[in-house]
Amino acid sequence: MSMIPLSYWLILAAILFCISVAGIFINRKNLIILLMAIELMLLSVNMNFIAFSRYLDDMAGQVFVFFILTVAAAEAAIGLAILVVVFRNRRTINVAELDTMRG
Amino acid sequence: MNYELILFFALSTLLVLAAGAVVTVRNPVHAAMCLVLTFFTSAMLWILLRAEFLGITLILVYVGAVMVLFLFVVMMLDINVAPMREGFARYLPVGIVVAVIMAAQMIAVLGSRHFGFDNFAAPAAVVEGSNTEALGRLLYTEYVYPFEIAGVILLVAIVAAIALTHRRREGLKTQDINKQTQVRKGDRLRVIKMASESKDGHGA
Amino acid sequence: MITKTLLLTTALAPLLGAILAGFFGRQIGRSGAHIVTILGVAVSAALSAYIFKLIAFDAHPAVNLSIYTWFEIGSIKAEVGFLVDALTATMMVVVTSVSLMVHIYTIGYMHEDSGYQRFFAYISLFTFAMLMLVMSNNFMQLFFGWEAVGLVSYLLIGFWYKRPTAIFANLKAFLVNRVGDFGFLLGIGLVLAYLGSLDYATVFKAAPSLVGQTFNPYGTVEWAVPTLICLLLFVGAMGKSAQVPLHVWLPDSMEGPTPISALIHAATMVTAGIFMVARMSPLFELSETALSTILVIGSITALFMGLIGIVQNDIKRVVAYSTLSQLGYMTVALGASAYSAAIFHLMTHAFFKALLFLGAGSVIIAMHHEQDLRRMGGLRKYMPITFITAWAGTLALMGFPGTSGFYSKDAILIAVEHADRPGATFAYYSLLIGVAVTAFYSFRMLYLAFHGKERFGHDHAGHHAHHDEHGHGDHKPHETPWVVTLPLILLAIPSIVIGALAAGPMLFGHFFDGAIFLAEGREPLAAMAQEFEHGPIAFALHGFITLPVWLALAGAGFATYIYLFNPSLADRIQQALGPVHRILERKYGFDEFYQAVFARGSVRLGRFFWRVGDQTLIDGMLVDGAANTVSKLAYAVRKLQSGYLYHYAFMMILGLIVIIGAFALLR
Repeated sequence: MSMIPLSYWLILAAILFCISVAGIFINRKNLIILLMAIELMLLSVNMNFIAFSRYLDDMAGQVFVFFILTVAAAEAAIGLAILVVVFRNRRTINVAELDTMRG
Repeated sequence: MNYELILFFALSTLLVLAAGAVVTVRNPVHAAMCLVLTFFTSAMLWILLRAEFLGITLILVYVGAVMVLFLFVVMMLDINVAPMREGFARYLPVGIVVAVIMAAQMIAVLGSRHFGFDNFAAPAAVVEGSNTEALGRLLYTEYVYPFEIAGVILLVAIVAAIALTHRRREGLKTQDINKQTQVRKGDRLRVIKMASESKDGHGA
Repeated sequence: MITKTLLLTTALAPLLGAILAGFFGRQIGRSGAHIVTILGVAVSAALSAYIFKLIAFDAHPAVNLSIYTWFEIGSIKAEVGFLVDALTATMMVVVTSVSLMVHIYTIGYMHEDSGYQRFFAYISLFTFAMLMLVMSNNFMQLFFGWEAVGLVSYLLIGFWYKRPTAIFANLKAFLVNRVGDFGFLLGIGLVLAYLGSLDYATVFKAAPSLVGQTFNPYGTVEWAVPTLICLLLFVGAMGKSAQVPLHVWLPDSMEGPTPISALIHAATMVTAGIFMVARMSPLFELSETALSTILVIGSITALFMGLIGIVQNDIKRVVAYSTLSQLGYMTVALGASAYSAAIFHLMTHAFFKALLFLGAGSVIIAMHHEQDLRRMGGLRKYMPITFITAWAGTLALMGFPGTSGFYSKDAILIAVEHADRPGATFAYYSLLIGVAVTAFYSFRMLYLAFHGKERFGHDHAGHHAHHDEHGHGDHKPHETPWVVTLPLILLAIPSIVIGALAAGPMLFGHFFDGAIFLAEGREPLAAMAQEFEHGPIAFALHGFITLPVWLALAGAGFATYIYLFNPSLADRIQQALGPVHRILERKYGFDEFYQAVFARGSVRLGRFFWRVGDQTLIDGMLVDGAANTVSKLAYAVRKLQSGYLYHYAFMMILGLIVIIGAFALLR
């Protein structure tokens, strides 16, 4: 019998999520770190899904994680492609300098 | 003390520290490495959750492909690292405060009151059957349509990435086969009526 | 037989003339315009005379015909209909005959004017409107005619619309009339509310049911309904017939050409109020209070307006104030319940006042549009016909025994003397003094214009420059053409004789029975009837020994003395009575008061609504304010769009925290 209650897993995922949120906010200088923080977020969500899948004895959670992995990979690829193009045009990946969309 | 529990806490601590490192280290290459560490650690944790297929997949796909991609891009972009640290200290307190508040909120909700052993029974220690087989069985029957769509999404990602970053070299001479096969006589040849040249004229 | 066709022709013939002259004036030319309008009015006059003969001499019963129903809403029915009885017939004859005279006169007077056809169209239109008013058998049509004559009066006063004084005058007339119309409309509304119908026959039959009913405007205040209705209707009459305090428009209306002063502001439109009260006699007889009020207002007008007439120097203004004063006399007669006397005086006054106005117009033409009495004098040598007819009119106006004015004025005086209504004594003495004043100013005008030294010819050069229709540089005035003098003669005849002829039947006979209603036991003209038993001529001779005639002769004598023999006395009296003279010259300050309080007050109110209400409140706060608020809000919200990814993410996180917190708390 597993001695780890579900709440532990959920709390772990929550902490991971919060770290990545802090990461988004703290990081002003590097767009790449931003993307990495997003990957962390996805990771924490995946953690949640798998934990629930185990404790509710339903495989659907893991299937969902499968798809999340797929989509996350696609998104990372495109995100980096955009990053490259932005760098080509602006010669910077400093987030603080990317404010041409300001109102 | 349960072996599982000890392992869990150890891996969790490592995970959290590595995640913290990702967002705080100076060098983006170091950050990418730390991210790799987090992925490895969480793969361990997933295996602890008896989801070994996904754990391995995480390492293969995420670390093997996505993180490599990240490293490619990081190294390709010629970034000036020095000015990166500016302003870090200014936003750190606020960020920490926000994160802590969020974490506290979430822990309060997700704590053992609602998600403890009373609500969710502890699962069996040993799981029957192969995780891979169970996943595969579900994926190719009930979720085959989303599976196909996932494939399409990946295709779209490829196309998009290439379309975004593709550059044409200027002044490149290439053959356009299409145009070549559609050429007509009139595009290459022009018949002009001319008076014939006499022998003692200009030409010989 | 009085048929629908006959009545419609009588009413519509002038309208047809007006339409032809008004819309096709340029096509039919000047002669065409005056021919077609005179034909229209002449037809109307002839038919009116015929109708009068039928009713007065052939004992034709009163006719109440409905021509056309305009609309019916519930129990309210608005229709076009004609009520022709003795009262109507009298008014029709007066209106059409004076109108015909004025039409003929206009050929000469407006000879050089560029708006010739327009003028004829207007006066024919006026005739139509006035006929609709007097022939109406319901309040709605009465009001239509009322408003229509007001409108045409406005158009005609401002006929020379390029003159600022004319525009001021016509607006003043219209606005003051409007005040009267407001009261009038309230009165009609009350009639409709309490009696449920606008038709005369129905209203008059149901009128006694009004007695004892009260109206409760607020709290415990209660007003008697008959008095309220009559007072409100009289307010309308005050506006139209220029009683104090709504009299201020009449002197200004002299800005219009003289023919309309004669037609509208002497003979017909201003008498509409008098006619209306006489027509509504079944209503007015129910309210002693209303009749007393009418009595007092009429006498104030009669006396005080007459006093102003003494100090006027413009020939038309003298006649205008005279008209105001005589209208006061008619009103007093109404107040004394002597409705037939009022109508009788209306009729005689129409003739001699129109005569005086047209005579003044004749003088004005001859003097090349000079209107100041101080620059006239000795005209009797040059304008004999005008001179004689003016004397006839003046004698009638002062009430010289034998003239028509004498009979009508005496009827009023005797009726008031024997009336036992509150205010009757005040009225009687006011009228007596008024008689002397009337005689004085009318003879003053006569002498200043026709007798004495010739005061014109000094600085005539200016006038001569633009009134050179004679072609020769002759300064001396001469008699006006026959189109001008013929109406004068034709009007002088009834001014003299009609009194003697009509007094008996009209005043004491049963001429107005059924048309004019008197309350039980009222015999206002009983005293006069006694004296009249020996016939009109005897009455006239008897008049020489009555007080009114003495007063009139005294006034005339005084005027004769001053203006023929001792002109400097006039100046000395003026200097001695300086303050009084100034008050009279300023017309008791009515104009200044109205201008300052109502006119300027309205302008200020309008400006307030414009600046504060419209600009500041509505535009500033609501319209622009709404736009500005949106703009400012947007400006503030715009700051949130920093363009930085991390700001956006942060906002999302914050929102998430808030929502989760709220969710957690609410659990």
